[in-house]
Amino acid sequence: MGSTTYWQDVWRRLKQNRPAMSGLVIIILLVILAVIGPYLTTYSYSTQDLTATDQGPGVRFWFGSDDLGRDIFTRTWYGARISLTIGVVTSLTSAVIGVIYGGISGIIGGKPDELMMRLVEILWSVPFLLYVIVLIVIMEPGLTAIVIALGTWYWVPMARIVRGQVLALKEQDFVLAARCLGAGPGRILFRHLLPNAMGPIIIQMTLVIPEAIFAEAFLSFLGLGVSAPMASWGVLASEGIKALKSFPWQLFFPAFFITVTILAFNILGDGLRDALDPRMR
Amino acid sequence: MWGFLLQRTVSAVFALFFVATVTFFLLHAIPGGPFDNDKKLPPEILHNLEAKYHLNDPLWKQYTDYLRGLALWDLGPSLKQEALSVNDIIRQGFPVSATLGALAVSIALVAGVTSGVVAALCHNRWQDYLVSVLTALGFAVPNFIMAGLLVYIFAYQLRWFPPALWGTPAQAVLPALALAAGPAAVIARFMRSSLLEVLQQDYIRTAKAKGLSQAMVVYRHALRNAFIPVLSYLGPMLATVFTGSFVVERIFAIPGLGQYYVTGIVNRDYTLTLGVTVFYSVLLITMNLLADLGYVALDPRIRLVDRTR
Repeated sequence: MGSTTYWQDVWRRLKQNRPAMSGLVIIILLVILAVIGPYLTTYSYSTQDLTATDQGPGVRFWFGSDDLGRDIFTRTWYGARISLTIGVVTSLTSAVIGVIYGGISGIIGGKPDELMMRLVEILWSVPFLLYVIVLIVIMEPGLTAIVIALGTWYWVPMARIVRGQVLALKEQDFVLAARCLGAGPGRILFRHLLPNAMGPIIIQMTLVIPEAIFAEAFLSFLGLGVSAPMASWGVLASEGIKALKSFPWQLFFPAFFITVTILAFNILGDGLRDALDPRMR
Repeated sequence: MWGFLLQRTVSAVFALFFVATVTFFLLHAIPGGPFDNDKKLPPEILHNLEAKYHLNDPLWKQYTDYLRGLALWDLGPSLKQEALSVNDIIRQGFPVSATLGALAVSIALVAGVTSGVVAALCHNRWQDYLVSVLTALGFAVPNFIMAGLLVYIFAYQLRWFPPALWGTPAQAVLPALALAAGPAAVIARFMRSSLLEVLQQDYIRTAKAKGLSQAMVVYRHALRNAFIPVLSYLGPMLATVFTGSFVVERIFAIPGLGQYYVTGIVNRDYTLTLGVTVFYSVLLITMNLLADLGYVALDPRIRLVDRTR
């Protein structure tokens, strides 16, 4: 023992980065609240009380109530579950597709690689909004549709990153050594190249989460979010916009948590970048 | 120079062709047609409507007809906005969106460049940290929420600006700010890091050694090169402003192109969606080309054609 592994080193550097650690702590807190938050009140996210609509924040409704008398505190944490799920699942989907596509493209190289990258360029020449809206409309709006639409969009940067890494790594001596020992392309890709490309992959995965949460909020505003009475933060915020003049807190709470979450993931991603690749600093 | 322009124009035409094709088939992949309303139309009327807009033709014929129209910049009639052609809608909506967009881009450039330069020159001092916090916020607040907060503070509480509608300069302030916030943050970040890097370069040391003042060094020598990465963001920034305009125009009830676009997609107004998509793509490609030309103007080390080959 005595020597530290690469990942221990990364963790040590990350721990010294105070903004990144506070980002991580905030994310952990948000996840905990998303899990237990809805149980802290006696209401469910869809309980209506038409005698207590649009109440301000107070003892009965901690974050106030909406136009149907639903408790905004409960809905906020219920929304946290949905928004965080959309972020994480989008990130995972895009990572799986992107790593496989980019990895194959990079390891084959040559003409097929060029063709595969050209295809990706064509996909990305379609406007994001058009692509996502069309997919969501085809699949019926809802949670699944959003995740599929976003996941099949955000894999493109991941594919490019992985391909770049693979192209750079595959010329190195350890790959040659592996090939001499008889390793096939699949084994080389998964056992030798991808573990060495983990850093950029993790950074990209972290940064897709806030982008997906952002995109979901945007889609909800256009009326393509999860369907009622389910509510993501995006849905809550766009409902809040409509009530802005008289009941501004209906916007403030979801807006605050969306912003804090995106902020926390962004600074964690930046911190990870510094920790995983100390040369960047 | 001319060879470069020609080459770029040819690849732009190809790119547009791809966008038009992919968009065309994506739109036709959506189940249902533009005339499936809540109210069922009698079959005869539906048939006549579809015949009028050639929606009964086989898909390949619709496609080739569309491409032929596109070549002449005739984008066809809107399927939903009666008596308006897509060209009319672009002619009406685009000046509004363009004014708003240009305003937002100018605000983003001025605010982003200024705060980026300040942050770089005051590296690791409080000004730098302030700019970092502001840019982090600019990245984190979705623009419709930014619009909502701006309306709440400046229209409802302070009553400085009207909360909606379009026409007077005062009405343009809040939507332009809401659109500019995100891009301004990106520009500030680019500007800060690239200026920090440029200030490390040898030629800056030379300029300082000549006895030039700090202001002169920054203004005459550093800014020019530091600005190049910002130029590369011009294209993506435009895309951000376009997408942002969809929500911002909706919140402020501004009759711009973005509003039409979103309703067009949701209503399955094929021709409108296709036309506006192609129109946006032309704009984006042109802007990217201009940005490339801008590099050359700013940095004599960059050449359009590699002469060594």
